[in-house]
Amino acid sequence: MSGLLSSRWTKAAVFVLCLVPLGVLGWRLIGLARQGWGTYDPALTADPIAYITHYTGDWTIRFLLITLIMTPLRKLLGQPKLVRYRRMLGLFAFFYGCLHLMTWVWLDKFFDPHEMIKDVLKRRYITVGMLGFALMLPLAITSTAGWVRRLGFERWQRLHRLIYFSALAGVVHYYWLVKSDVRLPLLYGAILAVLMMYRLTIWLKSAPRPQPAKSTTPNTAYLRD
Amino acid sequence: MANRTSSDLRYSQVTPKSTYLNRRRFLASSAALGALAAAPPAWASTKLNGVTKSPFSTSEKQTPYDAITHFNNFYEFGTDKEDPSRNAQKFVTSPWTLQVDGEVAKPMTLDLDAIFKVAPLEERIYRHRCVEAWSMVIPWIGYPLNALLKKVEPTSKAKYVAFQSYYDRKQMPQGMWAGIAFPYVEGLRLDEAMHPLTILSVGLYGETLPNQDGAPVRLVAPWKYGFKNIKSIVRIRLVEKQPPTTWNLAAANEYGFYSNVNPEVDHPRWSQAKERRIGEFVKRDTIKFNGYGDQVAGLYAGMDLRKNY
Repeated sequence: MSGLLSSRWTKAAVFVLCLVPLGVLGWRLIGLARQGWGTYDPALTADPIAYITHYTGDWTIRFLLITLIMTPLRKLLGQPKLVRYRRMLGLFAFFYGCLHLMTWVWLDKFFDPHEMIKDVLKRRYITVGMLGFALMLPLAITSTAGWVRRLGFERWQRLHRLIYFSALAGVVHYYWLVKSDVRLPLLYGAILAVLMMYRLTIWLKSAPRPQPAKSTTPNTAYLRD
Repeated sequence: MANRTSSDLRYSQVTPKSTYLNRRRFLASSAALGALAAAPPAWASTKLNGVTKSPFSTSEKQTPYDAITHFNNFYEFGTDKEDPSRNAQKFVTSPWTLQVDGEVAKPMTLDLDAIFKVAPLEERIYRHRCVEAWSMVIPWIGYPLNALLKKVEPTSKAKYVAFQSYYDRKQMPQGMWAGIAFPYVEGLRLDEAMHPLTILSVGLYGETLPNQDGAPVRLVAPWKYGFKNIKSIVRIRLVEKQPPTTWNLAAANEYGFYSNVNPEVDHPRWSQAKERRIGEFVKRDTIKFNGYGDQVAGLYAGMDLRKNY
């Protein structure tokens, strides 16, 4: 198991797997383009733009939750190598978040800055969605080994806890958007709650914590691959 | 771009094969029943004859049949737009009874046959604007609601018309997850209900209504948001006081009693200034009263439409 998780090929396979949702969407869009825009394609519903918006948003939340499950999974399964995938998964959450945002900027607002600012200020589900995206930005930027070194591991780790709030913002964004059927946003919320409870339990168990030894060489081993 | 308009297509060309097969299976079974009772002329998607054109129709490009029948808000059958097209297939709409009562001199109970014979059928090609900021152009078939209301002779006490949808948990198990209360209820002021644009629809694209579009009979008031157009009606009551309406009960700050299409009054969570016409790429500007202002603006003279949203 550990050997499999260490393999470069496994990582490449996971990378490709993370691109499958985009590939599926692209394949469907090509199908629609060939059939003619404005025709009905069951794969994309009668409103393909709404479909793309929901699809990319869904995958953003899913990847955020998948990223957050890596740490508990690593400890529960006793597979420390799983951490090799965490950064990549987090960056895929950011990637699908970018696609989701771009769908809104282009296909909903058509690059109208006035309309976009008005929406962000006025519509709370957009405000909180934008917040969730904004919180991912520093994490994506500082995802490199160089940034871990520059910030020091402790500070870097503290900064990257922002993902908790980004995921929470994503769930609230979705919950505030739906008209009345809140099952799916509540499901995502419940998964997030379980993942956060796990961390809270660990944190409570480990407190009071001993002062961490000041290390001169930051631990970037898990970023090496 | 050749042959893209729906009028160039026959219904058979745009109807999924499975629908056809279901229809044939039904027709085969109803042939057996036909001997027992004078079978009503219509059921899911059978052709309607003797339909006349209406001067109220728009000449805008009609939304394809497949889009109209696979993009429905009919929460009794699920909250995804595609759910009703799947889950309403076995919905039993025959026999059907429509009860018309309340503040009327001559209450009536109509069976399916009578529902289709209240008045001559007309095709009304209307713009349809959903509160979710998308729109369609739909060739409805029906007759003015006022034709039915005149038959029951509303009394002087009748000020509003209350509508109720069919609801049956067994046939609509997905409804329990909708997050809104059923049976679905809607209402109009009497003058809105009597307006010549307001119709009871029994069909679209030349055929009876598919189940997911509100078979066998539904309301269409084209200057209002789509959710006012209650589907699968079983009861129409004339009443003195403004009746409760489903979405208003669910979220009063978001859905008012009037719910006239109005680009100047936003939904609290999204703008109503623009809409996406299904099948188009760039959004269009929403027109007040959905473009029917010439005919209906007078109904609201002196009313603050911001307050009465």
